[in-house]
Amino acid sequence: MTTRAKGKTARLPLEGIRVLDFCVVWAGPFATQLLADLGAEVIKVENIHHWQPMTRGFVARPPKDALPDLPPMLGGYPDSDPGLRPWNRCPGFNNLFRNKKSMTLDLHRPGGREILERLVKECDIFYENNVTETMEKLDISYDWLKSIRPNIIMMRVPAYGSVGPYRNYRALGVHLESVIGHSLIRGYRDSDPSTNSAIYMGDYAAGVQGAFTVLAALHYRKRTGKGQLIELAQAENAVNFLSEAVMDYTLNGRVQGTLGNRNMFGSAPCGAFPASGDNNWISITVSNDAEWKGLCEAMGNPDWCKEERYADQYTRWKNSDQLEEDLSRWTAQHDKYEAFHLLQSQGVPAGPVMNAGDAHSDSHLKERDFFNRITHPEAGTHNYPGFIFNMSRTPPVIRNAPCRLGEHNEYVYKEILKISDREYAQLEAEGHIGMDFDPEIQ
Amino acid sequence: MFDQALEGVRVLDLTQYIAGPFCTKLMADYGADVIKVERPDGGDPARYLGPFHEDDAHHEKSGIFLQLNTNKRSISLNLKVTSGRFILHELVKEADILVESYAPGVMHAWGLGYEALAEINPRLVMTSISNFGQTGPYKDYKASELVLFGMGGEMHSIGMEGREPLKEGGNVAQYEAGATAATATMGALWAADRDDEGQHLDISIFETQLGGVDRRHAALMAYAYSGRISVQQAGWLGSAFASGTLPCADGYIEMAGGGHLFPRVIKMLGNPEFLQDPKWLKPGAGADPELNEEFNEFFIPWLMERTKREVWEEGQKARVLCGPLYSMSDLLDDPQFVGRAFWTKLDHPHTGPVSYPGAPTRMTETPRQMRRPAPKLGQHIEEVYGHLGYSRDDLTRLRERGVI
Repeated sequence: MTTRAKGKTARLPLEGIRVLDFCVVWAGPFATQLLADLGAEVIKVENIHHWQPMTRGFVARPPKDALPDLPPMLGGYPDSDPGLRPWNRCPGFNNLFRNKKSMTLDLHRPGGREILERLVKECDIFYENNVTETMEKLDISYDWLKSIRPNIIMMRVPAYGSVGPYRNYRALGVHLESVIGHSLIRGYRDSDPSTNSAIYMGDYAAGVQGAFTVLAALHYRKRTGKGQLIELAQAENAVNFLSEAVMDYTLNGRVQGTLGNRNMFGSAPCGAFPASGDNNWISITVSNDAEWKGLCEAMGNPDWCKEERYADQYTRWKNSDQLEEDLSRWTAQHDKYEAFHLLQSQGVPAGPVMNAGDAHSDSHLKERDFFNRITHPEAGTHNYPGFIFNMSRTPPVIRNAPCRLGEHNEYVYKEILKISDREYAQLEAEGHIGMDFDPEIQ
Repeated sequence: MFDQALEGVRVLDLTQYIAGPFCTKLMADYGADVIKVERPDGGDPARYLGPFHEDDAHHEKSGIFLQLNTNKRSISLNLKVTSGRFILHELVKEADILVESYAPGVMHAWGLGYEALAEINPRLVMTSISNFGQTGPYKDYKASELVLFGMGGEMHSIGMEGREPLKEGGNVAQYEAGATAATATMGALWAADRDDEGQHLDISIFETQLGGVDRRHAALMAYAYSGRISVQQAGWLGSAFASGTLPCADGYIEMAGGGHLFPRVIKMLGNPEFLQDPKWLKPGAGADPELNEEFNEFFIPWLMERTKREVWEEGQKARVLCGPLYSMSDLLDDPQFVGRAFWTKLDHPHTGPVSYPGAPTRMTETPRQMRRPAPKLGQHIEEVYGHLGYSRDDLTRLRERGVI
């Protein structure tokens, strides 16, 4: 396998494919990020008169002194300063904008719809993940898109689908994950679900499945000339990522509860155990006798390992509570990285629970050149989480830093739409074009 | 004429367990011809993972295997012997894609590394899925769902302060990695069709967590930008009104109602007099313990008078972001999913008809077709090897020699 060839690459796979991106929050932008990394030209269509919450920040202009009250992903701006244009600097979203272009347009202003029509003519894919009624209010339908660009692929990604009683229900990933049963199977075994934190696997699932489906539709279009309308209901899609719990119910009528950090395959020990230092943990999963032997060896074969109750995988699993307690006494004396390498040297699946700082300095990720060092004109130079796939012949590259609001207006309007300088100035005066949200948007 | 998006795409599936089989399942469910190449001694180890139909630990009754291998064909082939590899070479000649999830180096040691296979078929897209990738100091390390999520995902800040951090449910990280691999593979197929040249893809499950869009990528960005590290915090956004996992009459509701979203909550509550005071909307109000107490004195009883579905419905009327904590039985009964005919009944000789999670997407031109349930081990030996020109006698001989 070749190493990453940053900065140079063969022609990227999706070069020449253009995506119109009407996406919000995470689920849609993740899909278009994957398409952009594969080489598509993704044009993010934004509106300087409308603030979409949780898409370029929690709020548009957070006061500097409020940042510490926001969790790091929303309040951890560069140098803890929102800056002049906070929407170009928010950590929770910026990485999703790499390799994309941003243009601004207000569909509610005169001329807006005509511009959109000209854009659609130039695009292969229209991707949106709004509440169903949003596109209806904007009067954007597949039929309309198709009348302009007959082979267009339209991807719609509502929370629960565009038909049915929940067609206009709103949700972040964590809400639809509650509905599909994820929240009830992922908490502590000994306390109620309110002691857990929000996670967003629904966004990941929707984004990656959406990108895959667009690629499948492109494949079909290449052979038949036909585009199509595709709907991905985020909840329906994410159910597929929880198959074990679903199938346990449909095969056996069993409603699974939470297993905490244990698994349903009988592994024991299986958990996150305290390591030395403050708030450090190491995960260990032992699923067979060989791994158990390795674990005992790594610990220096203490007497408690030889007890009858730990004689085989079944008895270890039956005695998980006691086993975890015994094991914790050993892990607590060891640094999480030291224990990690020691256990791995004995063939035991184990790993440190890594915080963001650990990941940024991890030697494996350094050797694989995982992080992308990117200079952003308004955020400075930082290491960004990298590409999630490696390709030997057409490796993804950073073609442009995370796009700033309206950064590519000139390119889109003048080069793609062939709009004259005079017309461009007029559109700017009419409020379509700009790089700042309205001053009254807080 | 093509009825399915990936009809005509030929995939050799040398994967096991969860991530790889989910990757090739997506291709199979979209119409590709996926040939699952299993070990003759027992097949895919996922066949031995629960839950099992009626808790009978039989290799054709694993629920996880049944769901992950729909629409595929199964053959068995011993890749540890020369004649087995020779047969694989023949299969590679006709394949567009090969996906494998052996430990890094195994395929190479068998003479089945990318370079060797590309000589046989230069257009081949080969995708390797592994825990930590094909290179780097951890490449030979072992892992589990828990280990991978703890290292790559944002497990560090999930759960209660002072307690052990918590993983996601089930095997979500491996599903995410599988879908990522499928997406990248489709990109490479697009390029192979254009350039008449394939390539090798290296998918590290660890990296699919670090760079994928759960809270981890945002936490990594926050650290790079500001040096701040996420901490364990129950609920949504930590201290905010009407946020997190909240109790109600018959269970729990998840809600994000703080900050700029709070006016929606006020509307949901029927605009009560006491919430008209501007103090509730001041930035940082949600972090004030006294205000929280005052609000919850009203809010918790309001929730406790309603079922999770009632809160959900009233919340959605006011555009509040929320959803009930469903169990699997709640989910399977829910009218939205039933009304959309989401659940898919599939008949299988060992289980009878059973409901499976339905299609992840609905494509108007190329709707999903369930052509067959998960294959029995080696079910398609005769048709696949027969297509290569092997006679029944040949197959008997290969069987006797332990090749298939």
